[in-house]
Amino acid sequence: MIASQQFLDNPLGQKITLDDVNDAFEFLDDWEERYAYIIDLGKQLPAFPEEQKIEDNYVHGCQSQVWLIHYQDPDSGRLFLLIDSDAMIVRGLAAIILIALNARKPRELLTVDIDELFEKLDLFRHISPTRGNGLRSMVGKIRELAAQEATQ
Amino acid sequence: MTDLAAGKPALNVEAIRKDFPILSETVNGKPLVYLDNGASAQKPVQVLDAMDRYYRQMHSNVHRGAHTLGDRATAAFEGARDTVRQFVNARSTREIIWTRGTTEAINLVANGLAGQLSEGDEILVSQMEHHANIVPWQMVAERTGAIIRPIQVTPDGELDIAAFESLLGDRTRILAVTHVSNVLGTVNPIEQLIRKAREKGVFTVIDGAQAVPHFKPDVQALDCDFYAFSGHKLFGPTGIGVLYGRESLLEAMPPFQGGGEMIERVSFEKTTWNTLPYKFEAGTPAIAEAVGLGAAINYLESLDRKAVETAEQALLQHANKLVETVPGMQVIGTAANKVPVMSFKIEGLHPSDIGTLLDQQGIAIRTGHHCAMPLMDFFSVQGTARASFAFYNTLDEVEQLFAALQKIQRLFAD
Repeated sequence: MIASQQFLDNPLGQKITLDDVNDAFEFLDDWEERYAYIIDLGKQLPAFPEEQKIEDNYVHGCQSQVWLIHYQDPDSGRLFLLIDSDAMIVRGLAAIILIALNARKPRELLTVDIDELFEKLDLFRHISPTRGNGLRSMVGKIRELAAQEATQ
Repeated sequence: MTDLAAGKPALNVEAIRKDFPILSETVNGKPLVYLDNGASAQKPVQVLDAMDRYYRQMHSNVHRGAHTLGDRATAAFEGARDTVRQFVNARSTREIIWTRGTTEAINLVANGLAGQLSEGDEILVSQMEHHANIVPWQMVAERTGAIIRPIQVTPDGELDIAAFESLLGDRTRILAVTHVSNVLGTVNPIEQLIRKAREKGVFTVIDGAQAVPHFKPDVQALDCDFYAFSGHKLFGPTGIGVLYGRESLLEAMPPFQGGGEMIERVSFEKTTWNTLPYKFEAGTPAIAEAVGLGAAINYLESLDRKAVETAEQALLQHANKLVETVPGMQVIGTAANKVPVMSFKIEGLHPSDIGTLLDQQGIAIRTGHHCAMPLMDFFSVQGTARASFAFYNTLDEVEQLFAALQKIQRLFAD
């Protein structure tokens, strides 16, 4: 069992918010700066427990390897997520997804429109169904989890 | 620039590029640099025009013969078949079967040879095969109890000939091997393999998908039993491919699919098959695509093939020279005899990172396992990035690729 503290300490979506991302993107001029920022965001992903890199936690449909685990805090009812990938860009985009979805109550999480967010950041092509990088199945899996927890 | 050895002008790449409309596209605000030719090559206007003309002036179903359009369509369709026959130097158009592509061609052969296999018989494939030349054999092996034996690859990415010779035994019935590796670019010495296999009465099946875009195969000189390739990698349309088969073997093989065209006479008591090649072409074929493939071959034949090969090798050599300008870059597949394909990894970067950031700079490459997972396992990688060149690529594009890789490497190093 993973310590719940690892989930609760994830800064993405808590200390680092969508406002931070939106502000940062406004000042990024070219693709190099934008992707340097995305790569940096990827470095903010908290350590993912190695023993959890198992089939059950594997997100399929990716060129890179992606893992996702979750924890629902019994006190607040909020859903906490941890993600890891061996590809840096995917890590960065996963960080943006976590900033949008992590540490939210399931019902609230389900109201977030990730497509709209990625469109606004001009990153939609990364999450479009034509790209086999697994981000879309990652978001799908998170929404599924939230839907399950919301009905309980 | 002149090719001194040949004493005549080198390939006029700038003129050739004008034949390929898509090469003037922009991607992410940058001029397209298309280096994913191994996945699918672009089409010259001659192919687009041939297909357009076919639909505007000739289209009808083929081999029905009741009206003029049917005659025109059939003439164009069968003309393309003869173009293919000349391209591979087959004896007869009866040996040229249209398929949807290499994959379907190999499935057709695997299915057709299944009856020749019994339990414990062995099928040799190489470790560098595309899944399309592994999985159909596995399916047949499952049905018949035959066993798949992989031929090892050396660390340079060449076939281990000694391993092949020791695997080639009394139970070997089929040798299925690629002419050129889609991942490594290695040109395999298939003449030698075919000769040794045939001495033992082993059927030989060659996957030519990655070879034909770079050079012409001669099926009579190779003396192989089957040779398969796809139209879309040969600057032709998608949805069309070719299976060359030795006539006596095709005659002996059962049909692949049943339906129209492939029959001579149908009754509920007994149905008899049509003659070659139609026995293997059930249903209305991809007529316009066959015509387009014929036009693609005619286009290639209009080029100086020697100059094409020289130009392609110049691209590969230039790329090889620039590898050291990207810190941490390592080429996978360093065989002595290669087509212009470069698989690589960069330390600390995932292939998908490389692909994404090259795309940002207008450069298209392929990343991933390239449908060759056993080979990925051999090199202990999840995947590679692969730049695959065609004769319409320029030395300047090679330099753009490496400038872009240097930029990416810096981005991650910061």
